[in-house]
Amino acid sequence: MTIALAMLNSQQLVHLSGVDFVIVVFYFALVLAIGFYLKEQANTGEDFFLAGREMTAWVAGLSFLSANLGALELMGWAGASYQYGILAAHWYWVGAIPAMLFLALVMMPFYYISKTHSVPGYLKLRFGESSRALSSISFAFMTVLMSGINMYSMALVLKIVLGWNINVSILVSSVTVAIYVALGGLRSAIFNEVLQFILIWAGALLIPILGLVEAGGWSGLRARVTANASAEYTHLWSTLGKFSDNPMGIHWTGIVFGLAAVISMGYWTTDFLVVQRVLSAKDLRAAKMAPIIGAGFKMLVPFIVILPGLLAIAVLPIKLVGEGQAIVSGGHSYNEVLPLMLARYCGPGLLGLGITALIAGFMSGMAGNVSAFTTVWTYDIYRALIKKDASDAHYVSMGRWSTVIGVAFSIGTAYLVMDFKSIMDYVQALFSFFIAPLFATVLLGMLWTRATPAGGFWGLLAGTCASVGMWAWVKIDPTALRYVALSPYARDMAENMYRALWSCLTAGLVTVVVSMVTKAKPVSELKGLVYGVTEIPAESYVSILHRPWFWAVVVGTGFVVLNVIFW
Amino acid sequence: MKPGGSISIWFFVGISLLVNGVLILGAGIYELIHPPEVRVVLFGLHAGIWWGGILTALGAGYSVYFAPGKGRG
Repeated sequence: MTIALAMLNSQQLVHLSGVDFVIVVFYFALVLAIGFYLKEQANTGEDFFLAGREMTAWVAGLSFLSANLGALELMGWAGASYQYGILAAHWYWVGAIPAMLFLALVMMPFYYISKTHSVPGYLKLRFGESSRALSSISFAFMTVLMSGINMYSMALVLKIVLGWNINVSILVSSVTVAIYVALGGLRSAIFNEVLQFILIWAGALLIPILGLVEAGGWSGLRARVTANASAEYTHLWSTLGKFSDNPMGIHWTGIVFGLAAVISMGYWTTDFLVVQRVLSAKDLRAAKMAPIIGAGFKMLVPFIVILPGLLAIAVLPIKLVGEGQAIVSGGHSYNEVLPLMLARYCGPGLLGLGITALIAGFMSGMAGNVSAFTTVWTYDIYRALIKKDASDAHYVSMGRWSTVIGVAFSIGTAYLVMDFKSIMDYVQALFSFFIAPLFATVLLGMLWTRATPAGGFWGLLAGTCASVGMWAWVKIDPTALRYVALSPYARDMAENMYRALWSCLTAGLVTVVVSMVTKAKPVSELKGLVYGVTEIPAESYVSILHRPWFWAVVVGTGFVVLNVIFW
Repeated sequence: MKPGGSISIWFFVGISLLVNGVLILGAGIYELIHPPEVRVVLFGLHAGIWWGGILTALGAGYSVYFAPGKGRG
């Protein structure tokens, strides 16, 4: 009898051996050691909040990606691929790569040249204080919620896999993150994110390798998925012609216009959680290269997240169900795909590394949110609205304290998340509330000199209100789905895509209309902030192999090839 | 340039891979000599041995190459 079968009959999936415990404890010790080591290099505001702006392209790029590799990426998307098939890979390819390249080549110069410390900080320079206040408060709210999601997810993993108490898991993980971020600031978060990125790959890569061996390669996997679920589960685009033809209940227009053009663009170019990592780059070329390096690795992440979900359909002897049904029936939910696959293939040592990879993923997501929250709270809320002229040391101290307070709020959120049926859908709803309208406002601000401060503020507010309003409408009257998502067959994911699209369009439209009837800023005040009136430094002094556009073409070609292969 | 001080981030990465690799390799060799009664799927491939070996080699390489005082990073 295998461990995989044994665990299906027990409440706790696996028992860690002594060597597994050593690996997990060593990880916690190392991340804390890095925090204590870097404390001495986090004395000024520039050090604490922007890591001294001295990160290389590789460090900034891996950190940029790792901050995104939280609960959503690991547990959530592996579960989503079991539920929806390879369609989930859209969130890694068309839903990420074009946006990351757009950030690198088009938007990064404005963020970097303006010397802003945050995305709300850019809004202050471009549109004024009211837009910054609206954006920073909604962002702070979102990051605390997201951090709580990471906490809850990690505690859930530890409870399911190891039988650990969920309260103790939340406490241990949150205290660890609070210590290393409060000590070393963004630099400590970035160092640990790079370490976590490597550990995630080291711990998770064995699952697809061994899974493909068991399934008989890609052709064997496709045959088994077709037999156990449906042939549609292995096609990326060919089933998106009708809402009812694919497991996600989505149309290609939702993927292209909702996901790729709005949610993905909004997240990767204006969510300060990820943009903050790139702002820490040592120069403009490194800042442009970092998202391109991140995009290159992002294309590969489906092999450790999406593939295990498909492999679970092919090889697991049980059927996974939704979170609510799992609680009622005592079965296993979609979100348990990765732990189940880990337990299936990994013996002593490997299991410890796999569990460490999951913990690392959750902690990087948590730390990313906490460090971004700390910066926005300190610079864009506390300094802008509460205490304007304190010393640099005072703001660093506030940064350390707000880290601890942010973690405390996140703990509260973690308990709130427990009542939601699906982690994934919850996260996507948050994006459509805050990020989709923000993208329209920032993009118009960067590309259109005529956009006015009033236009920016009212556009952002209208887009956010429209998104929350549509969400509430469907909650109150489910038949409203046919209007919001254009089809009564649409599932939660599809609804989120279309809601994001409408809220972004609302924000853009209101920004344009209000801008046309209000007074624009003089062009002299827009230098360094807007395309057409900003001089971008040339890169003619470096070889072609060091130019961002060259690597953007390489990554873009890989992106097209992958989409064609899995069409 | 080493962002953050005199110890490169890649040295920390190397140490982490080295320690994990040695532990996994050791556990894999122990299981080869003393096979457990309850086994994981594909136990016969002894993934712990070759995966632990790869991590050990990578970790050792990074730890030596980016060791403090060598000016790399």
